[in-house]
Amino acid sequence: MTVAALIDYDLGNLPSVTKAVERVGVKVEIVDRGEQLTESFDAVILPGVGHFGTGARNLTARGFDEPLKRWAASGAPLLGICVGLQLFCDTSDEDETARGLGIVPGHVKRLNAPKVPHMGWNTLDVRPESRVLSAVEPGDMAYFVHSYYVCPDESAVAATTTYDETFCAAVEMDNVVGVQFHPEKSANVGRKLLERFFDDL
Amino acid sequence: MTLAKRVIPCLDLDNGRVVKSVQFVDTRDAGDPVELAIRYDEQGADELCFLDITASPEGRETTYEVLRAAAERVFIPLTIGGGVRTVDDVRRRLRAGADKVSMNTAAVRSPDLVRDASDAFGAQCVVVAIDARRVEGTNWEVVLEGGRGARGEEPIRSGIDAVGWAEQVQELGAGEILLTSFDRDGTKEGYDIELTRTISDAVGIPVIASGGAGTAEHLAEGVIDGHADAVLVASIVHYGTYTVRELKDHMASRGIPVRNV
Repeated sequence: MTVAALIDYDLGNLPSVTKAVERVGVKVEIVDRGEQLTESFDAVILPGVGHFGTGARNLTARGFDEPLKRWAASGAPLLGICVGLQLFCDTSDEDETARGLGIVPGHVKRLNAPKVPHMGWNTLDVRPESRVLSAVEPGDMAYFVHSYYVCPDESAVAATTTYDETFCAAVEMDNVVGVQFHPEKSANVGRKLLERFFDDL
Repeated sequence: MTLAKRVIPCLDLDNGRVVKSVQFVDTRDAGDPVELAIRYDEQGADELCFLDITASPEGRETTYEVLRAAAERVFIPLTIGGGVRTVDDVRRRLRAGADKVSMNTAAVRSPDLVRDASDAFGAQCVVVAIDARRVEGTNWEVVLEGGRGARGEEPIRSGIDAVGWAEQVQELGAGEILLTSFDRDGTKEGYDIELTRTISDAVGIPVIASGGAGTAEHLAEGVIDGHADAVLVASIVHYGTYTVRELKDHMASRGIPVRNV
């Protein structure tokens, strides 16, 4: 059975993510210290709702920085959700004193729309070359709730969405996948995406 | 396509049971909130809102059980309101499976609660519920304890201007406003459009219109004329007047972006 490590750094909706991942037939083990990230896992998930700076500091305090960078470099599957994806980047408008993991080079910018957070269901425009995101069908919507968005290299963008401006909704870089929306709250669209992520292992 | 306007059924809970007579012929147990959550999810509800009107602390434990069970069965956002007075109350609800926690009277009495909850868990999970009553012309006053749980009773007047309060809760770190018209609630005459538009235009966070929805067109008006980002529905779906899907089909026919399921 596939086993995923779900990272507890006090910034996630762990029960929701756990249930959504278990729903696609994957076992979840919650880890709250970096040294627990061993090769016995098939995949690692970095969830996150909340603040970039708090997240970065909590990851450091729990010793996750280096193990996560090593995991990403090893080629093993890594999924970041919302602030989890943002923490893959280098820096964020949300907290200029904090450093992300640098797994996905890029900055995290504040949304400029009249109403922030960007909250609700929005359409995903998936790039044809995407692997995991290609599970999403035209017109499919996912649930977003965020005030910042990632700006990686264009080649890493797997999907975009449009809310006042068009921005990156998902990243794919070989083994690293990150989504700005919440698959665990995106009903069947989220399920298809998680199924594809784990099928792809 | 752009961000869809959301339709959010609201279920009132008392000791873990849905109250205010929900009438479905083919539901095994009309009072079971988890069954209803599943049903509305299948019909295309974009989120679900639970309003806990349980008076006793023991009864509240059953609310957490409802949340936990609902979060295992439906994979859409869940909001819970009612009885939230401390940051710890917020934490308990989030841990039980809520994605957002709504606060009302306690936020008026101690606005720091909004800021503290937002700092601790992020603005995205902090909803401030505002119950407003028209006082004169285009002024609305925040009413307390007069929300949906105690309908029919005279509300406690706060003397606080609803528009100013809405602006203030945004400053304090609320991520969303659940705006209920006290005058319209339960009337089926439609949302208070002027109230909804005034507050939605005054703030830079999403506003959910609530109170008074009686027809599918009321929902469309709430979005088109009221500038609401989402609409809350209760009796029109509980009584089976419309399914959530029918409501969204009507909104779509009026040119409103909605999520199709």
